Amino acid sequence: MEYFLQQVINGLQIGFVYALIALGYTMVYGIVRLINFAHGDVFMIGAFIGLYAVERYQWPLTAVFVSAVVGCTILAVLIEQLAYRPLRHAPKIASLITAIGVSLFLEYFTSLRQVFGPHFYSFPRPFPVVRWNWHGILVTNIQAVIFFVTVFCLLLLQFIVFRTKMGRAMRAVSFDYVTAGLMGVNVNVVISFTFGLGAALAGVGGVLYGIAYPQVNTFMGFMPGLKAFTAAVLGGIGNIPGAVLGALIMGQSETMVSAYVSSAYRDGIAFVILILVLLWKPTGILGTPRTEKV
Amino acid sequence: MRLLRSLIKPVVAYAFLAGSISLLAEGGVVNPYWVQILELACIVAISAQGLNIIYGHTGLFSLGHAAFYGIGAYTAAYLMKTYGGQSQAAFFAALLAGGGAAAAVACLIGLPTLRLTSDYLGIATLGFGIIMKVVFDSADRFLPELGGARGMTGIAKMTTVPWVVFFLLASLLVVRNLIHSSYGRAILSIREDEIAAETMGIDTFQYKMVGFVAGCTFAGVAGGLYAHLYAFLHPSNFDFFKSIDILVIVVLGGLGNMSGTLVASFGWIFLLEGLRVVLPPGYVEFRWVLIPVLLIVTMLLRPQGIFGAREFPFLRGKVYR
Repeated sequence: MEYFLQQVINGLQIGFVYALIALGYTMVYGIVRLINFAHGDVFMIGAFIGLYAVERYQWPLTAVFVSAVVGCTILAVLIEQLAYRPLRHAPKIASLITAIGVSLFLEYFTSLRQVFGPHFYSFPRPFPVVRWNWHGILVTNIQAVIFFVTVFCLLLLQFIVFRTKMGRAMRAVSFDYVTAGLMGVNVNVVISFTFGLGAALAGVGGVLYGIAYPQVNTFMGFMPGLKAFTAAVLGGIGNIPGAVLGALIMGQSETMVSAYVSSAYRDGIAFVILILVLLWKPTGILGTPRTEKV
Repeated sequence: MRLLRSLIKPVVAYAFLAGSISLLAEGGVVNPYWVQILELACIVAISAQGLNIIYGHTGLFSLGHAAFYGIGAYTAAYLMKTYGGQSQAAFFAALLAGGGAAAAVACLIGLPTLRLTSDYLGIATLGFGIIMKVVFDSADRFLPELGGARGMTGIAKMTTVPWVVFFLLASLLVVRNLIHSSYGRAILSIREDEIAAETMGIDTFQYKMVGFVAGCTFAGVAGGLYAHLYAFLHPSNFDFFKSIDILVIVVLGGLGNMSGTLVASFGWIFLLEGLRVVLPPGYVEFRWVLIPVLLIVTMLLRPQGIFGAREFPFLRGKVYR
């Protein structure tokens, strides 16, 4: 029982990080219907900014998060303006291939010796690790930090999306962007803002990932990105609570399979669940069924 | 008689291509390294024609093409290694078996997933690709010969220029004839508008299956050829990036454009290898920095693909000829 609860805690830890990445995917998809493959690499850049801030400059934790958020936001807005905006009215597949191109570029450009380098770098712990033992279940302050930072981000996001003018504009654009434009919403600004907001969350996620699994590499964004996207689809893409739910399911299933079956099947199980869920509910757990118009 | 006459042109083309390339290789005009790259390009072109049927013609967004390529490769390699020895006939049979295995798996996967629409199908096939990668990685648990994550060795080098040219021409013939048949028209109508096609009495699910299974069979045969080209298989040869490679080729060539896919396959493979030669030593890792930039620029300038809607004369339908 203790072992099981311990695994639940470990699953929550990775699930929360996936949730932060999945939100970026789901918001961007909700607005421009684009699978933003470069998002996982923005997450990687966030982790590297965190690495530099902690190791080289020894900034306090808050400054580390802020620098990662700012860096990722600027990067994502740049990518959106340079690569995706010119293709907004082209066939959807052109943007998708461009997204893959941006993703490959970020991975291989940063892995050059002249940039970050191709190796694995250890991410120093920015604070001493404290372990609490509660009836045989170990909880670390790292997990506490991940939990509180993620919940804070989710509440902030909920506030932005449902309580601000920009949030209302985002929901309007996601519902119907032509009409939203006609109603005086500046669609371009809203789309850039969405990319930036998603990237900010990915930046926070990158730093948290670095703290929890203290090794970073320029290709580290690929698998978490893919899984986070899958989580977003699992929960119903375009749906914010769905993304979090999907990410938590993803984290749990992955941890449980590693713990009870074999860690070799860890990457596979998430996708088995995805395919099963899609067969049962083709638009994801919390997704609304789409009506076909003739 | 009609059948014989229709076979003249492909046979002449085959004899010319296979003969001249073999002669150039034997005579030492083209070094073996580039011959091998050429063979690889032909194999990739076969696989890309397969994805072109699935995505370009039928409009089914598949991100798991490399999984079927891998199924074909492992099936053919396993059969040849255990039963085939060095016989050419057995090689041919093993390639067909590889294609058959890919087709069978495509049927199983297609039955549930082809009911999904566009991006969801893409994610489901992507998931299938990752699952197959995990299966390949741990394949040695149920069949030790497959090697699992250590890679599969001891495969005979059977793939030669005549074989790849034969299968490439055969695949082009099959795609051309399929697309310009009544099956092809049904398939294209699904891509254009599924609801309208259904209203006109086309069994869309059945034709989607036809397109999907046909495309995956191509990937399976290509996989078998690939396995016997380098005589070594590793699960990382069939991961998500390989699916993306083929997708990039199909999109660059222009969706549903057979000529474009053909040219883009050769262009892509020779670009990858050519950059290795062109870049000064010590800067080879810039290869994957330049390629995405080229990809992005091409997409920004020509989002409809390099070829657009034009086809080579031999790939056009009779009506337009």
